[in-house]
Amino acid sequence: MAAISLKVNGGVHTVDVDPETPLLYVLSDELQLRGPKFGCGLAQCGACTVLIRRQAVRSCVMPVSAVKQQEVTTLEGLGTPEKPHAIQQAFIDEGAAQCGFCLSGVMLTAKALLDEHPQASNEEIREALSNVLCRCFAHTRMMRAIQRYQRGRA
Amino acid sequence: MKKEISRRDFVKGTGALVVFFSAASFLGPFAVAQGPFDTHGSHIDPEKLDSWLAIASDGTVTAYTGKCDFGQGMFTAQTQLVAEELCISMDKVKLIQCDTSMTPDQGTTSGSQSTPTNFNTRNLAQAAATARDALVGMAAQKLGVPADQLTIDNGVIHADSGRRVSCGELIGDKHFDITVSPTAKRKLPSEWKILGKPVPSMDMVGLATGTFEFVHNVHVPGMVHGRVVRPPEIGSTVANVDEKSVQRVPGMIKVVVRSNFVGVVAEKQWQAAQAAKDLKVTWKPGPGLPAQKDFYDYIRKQPSGEVMLVNSNDVDNKLKSASRVLKATYLHPYQAHGSIGSSCAVADVQQRHATVWSATQSVYPTLHGVSALTGLPLDSVRVIFVRGSGCYGLNAADTVSYDAALLSQVVHKPVRVQLTRHDEFVSESYGSACVIEEQAGVDASGKIDVWDSETWAVSFGGRPGYERPGNVITGMLAGFEPETITPQKWVAPTQELRNGSNAVPPYMAGCVNGKCGGEGSIRSERVLTHAVKSPFFTGPLRSPLRLQNTFAHECFMDELSAHAEVDPVVYRLQHLKETRIIEVVKAAAKTANWDTRPSPKRDTARTGSVTGRGIACVAYEGDNGYAALVAEVEVNRSSGQIQAKRFVVALDCGPISNPEGLRNQIEGGVLQGMSRALGEEITWDDRKVTSTDWQSYTTLPLGIELPVIESVLIDRPAAKAAGAGETAITLAAAAIGNAIFDATGARIREVPFTPDRVKAALSSRE
Repeated sequence: MAAISLKVNGGVHTVDVDPETPLLYVLSDELQLRGPKFGCGLAQCGACTVLIRRQAVRSCVMPVSAVKQQEVTTLEGLGTPEKPHAIQQAFIDEGAAQCGFCLSGVMLTAKALLDEHPQASNEEIREALSNVLCRCFAHTRMMRAIQRYQRGRA
Repeated sequence: MKKEISRRDFVKGTGALVVFFSAASFLGPFAVAQGPFDTHGSHIDPEKLDSWLAIASDGTVTAYTGKCDFGQGMFTAQTQLVAEELCISMDKVKLIQCDTSMTPDQGTTSGSQSTPTNFNTRNLAQAAATARDALVGMAAQKLGVPADQLTIDNGVIHADSGRRVSCGELIGDKHFDITVSPTAKRKLPSEWKILGKPVPSMDMVGLATGTFEFVHNVHVPGMVHGRVVRPPEIGSTVANVDEKSVQRVPGMIKVVVRSNFVGVVAEKQWQAAQAAKDLKVTWKPGPGLPAQKDFYDYIRKQPSGEVMLVNSNDVDNKLKSASRVLKATYLHPYQAHGSIGSSCAVADVQQRHATVWSATQSVYPTLHGVSALTGLPLDSVRVIFVRGSGCYGLNAADTVSYDAALLSQVVHKPVRVQLTRHDEFVSESYGSACVIEEQAGVDASGKIDVWDSETWAVSFGGRPGYERPGNVITGMLAGFEPETITPQKWVAPTQELRNGSNAVPPYMAGCVNGKCGGEGSIRSERVLTHAVKSPFFTGPLRSPLRLQNTFAHECFMDELSAHAEVDPVVYRLQHLKETRIIEVVKAAAKTANWDTRPSPKRDTARTGSVTGRGIACVAYEGDNGYAALVAEVEVNRSSGQIQAKRFVVALDCGPISNPEGLRNQIEGGVLQGMSRALGEEITWDDRKVTSTDWQSYTTLPLGIELPVIESVLIDRPAAKAAGAGETAITLAAAAIGNAIFDATGARIREVPFTPDRVKAALSSRE
């Protein structure tokens, strides 16, 4: 066990955990955040995705000690129910979910791509999402929401 | 769930069970007032209006339902229903779903039954209609105006004179103390202002902003973490558990062994995960598994429980005299629910009572299961539904609830159990593998005279229900017996036609004892089903057996139409007589601009990519929703890859409660069906399941090239409300298979349509 300091969603938190603990467990259990979720624990599905240095990172396989002083942003760190972030609003407007468990992976992966490559082609968006899973298969609405966000950024 | 409601809170005092809420939050129940439910859950009498509804003095309504939302939209639709019948806005309704201390026992949320159960003339809908009647009656007395001269709008009852009284003033915080009236009149769909409108999912804002509470997010004070150690092989049993192997794991609390159930509990989740990985368990080997490559032959040779669903007793003679007999065998594999979130539950089992936070579809049956596992009396157990990830049927939500209860009981602390992805794949109850043998005799014109269908479906365990905790893996490991097959010969069907999970093709007349309950015109008909013992646990998976059977019937119908050289839509219509299925077929074909001609396409290219279209239709379980799907696909002849280009779905579920939710179900259903058709299959070696993650079990990711999906909604306000979540998925494999045939002339009779199978089917034609 070790005291580890983390920057998450604009706040600083100190937790006492094994440094090998996956970041996801710290976010879910210690900080009680609801955005990133345990899907597979194998970095195969995306449900645990967070943003670190504007990149989409799978927190289920990243040891918390590797985060160091980098700012971590979870889905709830983007916006609030009262004031959603533009990509959250795009998903709300398109009704782009069923159970919604996968949304951290879908939204944050898409956001990371489009923030870096605002003009990304549909093929590039598909490529970025080629290992993100949604088992309710709300795919068509999600792709529409991502395109809506992309148009709104332009 | 931060604020837990103790059942004791309900015991004293008077007043209806009103749940206060703020418009900003629809998360988690936090009831504060007192209620009528002074003993255990089953005492929530569904005959009493107060069991379904309570109205506070400020006019807000708390409604209780035993049908819960997993992402299929029941929360929003049921809120619309209550608001509509009580003539108030949706933001005045707080819906409490599936909590054994608060909601009536409505069994399991499954089988496309939530809408038929709660939206017709019983249960929640009828309770709301009864409440409206009662309120108007009270207002009539109070205002001295006959009830038929009163109108109700936005929670206020008005007389022509301008006098008015609000519903909150009339009943606020008090019991109705009346029974649900079977004669209370429901509002007509023509009067609807809230139902029937495209209402966005009420969960959407919480989901998109990461604030929605899933069962994975439940935190209970003092909670510790458990993990399970499942047997490495099917049927292996515990020989020895070396507890010392984990004694040095930091935070270790306990190794729990009960019969063949093994689990660990530690302070933190990561510690529990380490302990589960490190724990040395010596297992006795299991009996081994039948070889997967011969499995379909194997199941046909096993003893079986037979059911004859329909038998005109002339089938053998008619087959002999037919101009031509066609035969085909269709194969469908085991498939996983494969929920995106590996299942999770929290249980707090104390000496005298237990609370379980569970994503189960069946809170009351789970209460019974937890009672059996813990030895606690039924009225000491409370099960609270908290949504998990989409389940699509009996995933591992029930079994992980049992896991949490078993571990909590030993450590006397609340325990959260998170299954790993591997645990989930080996713990869940797969959709059944099936063999469907079809034969039909046709006349000289190709029209069907006689259809004979024989099916084999594997089964082991299933839903635990109220009596069988052994029906899921944890219950069995802890020593409870699973339900298994009793071999028996068929007897002649009696009374009326049973559809048998769509084992009966819609083209049959379905005549039993002179009464014809089918949707078609074929009168020489026989359907015999066999239930065969499965080596793996099985359980309902979205459109259970309906999907497998429909895949076979609808592909075989296509084979027959091709033999007759008649267009597949025209040929179907020649053999159907039920209006509603005919209408969906016509609607789908019309919207798709169906190219009317026999399949396969003539003169298609021998190389490169070719395109084709296929159709399939279903009357879900005979009368619970109707749908037709036109699929347009592109087949890459060299790679064997299938690319769906367009799906057109026509769907009739009676009066439509929420067209927005319905479209979402159709779109997701048809794509999930495509994923199942193209890639999903449980695999195993001679001892264990080998598809245990997202590399060994294929699912179509977000990044695929998506087909265009068009939904045609057929609203039937005068019909009974029917299910709608399982019809579109039922058709995907058949419509895609038929489109591949149309494009290439190659018929693939085994799901999934992997590139290798497509190439094999193509080369067998050359």
